[in-house]
Amino acid sequence: MNAITLIAILACTYLVVFAQSTVNFVRVWLGAQIDLLPALIVYAALSGNPLLTTLIAVFGGLWFDSLSLNPLGVSIGPLMIMGMVLLHFRELVLREQMSAQFIFGLAAGAAVPVMVVLVLLTLGKQPLLGWGSLWQWAVMSVGCGMATPVVFRVFDLIEHWLSYQPLPETTFNHNREMKRGRH
Amino acid sequence: MFKRAHYVAMAAVLILVLLLLSLPDQTAARVKLAVSAVFLPLFGLSQSTQTATGKVADMTLPKGVLINQMEQLRRENETMRLLQMQFDAVKLENDRLRQMIQMKPQTTWKPRMAKVIGRDPANWWRTVQIDVGSAEGVQVNLPVMTSQGLVGRIHAVGEHRALVVLIGAPECRVAAVVDKSRENGVVGPSGTAAVLDPNLVELSYLTRSSKLEPGQAVYTSGLGGIFPAGILIGSIVDTQTVEHGLYVEARVKLAVNVNQLEEVWVLLPPAKP
Repeated sequence: MNAITLIAILACTYLVVFAQSTVNFVRVWLGAQIDLLPALIVYAALSGNPLLTTLIAVFGGLWFDSLSLNPLGVSIGPLMIMGMVLLHFRELVLREQMSAQFIFGLAAGAAVPVMVVLVLLTLGKQPLLGWGSLWQWAVMSVGCGMATPVVFRVFDLIEHWLSYQPLPETTFNHNREMKRGRH
Repeated sequence: MFKRAHYVAMAAVLILVLLLLSLPDQTAARVKLAVSAVFLPLFGLSQSTQTATGKVADMTLPKGVLINQMEQLRRENETMRLLQMQFDAVKLENDRLRQMIQMKPQTTWKPRMAKVIGRDPANWWRTVQIDVGSAEGVQVNLPVMTSQGLVGRIHAVGEHRALVVLIGAPECRVAAVVDKSRENGVVGPSGTAAVLDPNLVELSYLTRSSKLEPGQAVYTSGLGGIFPAGILIGSIVDTQTVEHGLYVEARVKLAVNVNQLEEVWVLLPPAKP
């Protein structure tokens, strides 16, 4: 992954946070806004590198908190923990399988908000919680799970466009050509 | 397996988070505004796009519809002028009577229109961003409303942007009074229902003897000093006794649909003489 790809993925993170603040129809229809940052962390941890994971956790978390009533920095920790756990097990994961991407997106979408709310409660804040929060949690988890394979396709495409591709190698090689007969 | 680089990254992020969370409130608010300033170009772009789309939609409206709308607005304008004249006369009388009994004159707020440019991306808060800030005279704790009723109060202010905490959030409790019965209470989040229906709030701390009926209007009482008295909050949906009959709580349907806020009015304090 080169620097341009990394910047492009960070720019997408920026747009995703902005969209979560301005696009309201999901919230009106389903009663909850879907958080896509866990999906981005899953991609960064499974297909990227520790640097990308850290950058998405830090910048994504900072940007998210800056548009929210969350204390600044609250979202960074849970995103980072999720990313590091996935990085730890990335060799054991079939990361190209759509089902694996969905499951990890679902798990991240479920775990990150819970961790953020726990941090908020620890800090003495009063987030708006109730039985309806369970529905919101389910919507966020499933939404994130469904978005994760899409994130993988889009970012793989971005990486394909912005990275040097290996030249296709043919089995035929002029230098090694065996010519039979008299020459 | 975990490499040294992973531990270094984790430690660096942990230190950053602890630093950010331990910042004093004012510094944290400033840092937050500085960080969120990166979204200003996108907010601007989004607003320009909406304005352009609106203009295109206006251009495609048939002339007949426009003439009808204009006629309707002209009639409304005339009615408003008559009401304004009556209001001015009543205000003059009120001021004169207040002066006679040596009462402080009532504060006249200066409304400033603002557009809603964003919402809280987190599901556990209820806030919106508006496109006016300290440069336009907006300060923390100013009331925000629409022509239908109360919306909330200003929580944080940037130069050209402000964060509004909506009514029904735990950070925006409002002293309220019920129409006719003049029962006083406090409007706050409506328990579990509030999470899924942001237009439902709870009016609590009502006395056991209070006689409330569904449909009764609830207004701001002016107690607490943030919200001026007489702004419509909503209407009562139902009531129930709580704490073994010690006091009464009422669910209130907000007059404003907070899910569909587009434009709001910030009530600026009157200029000091």
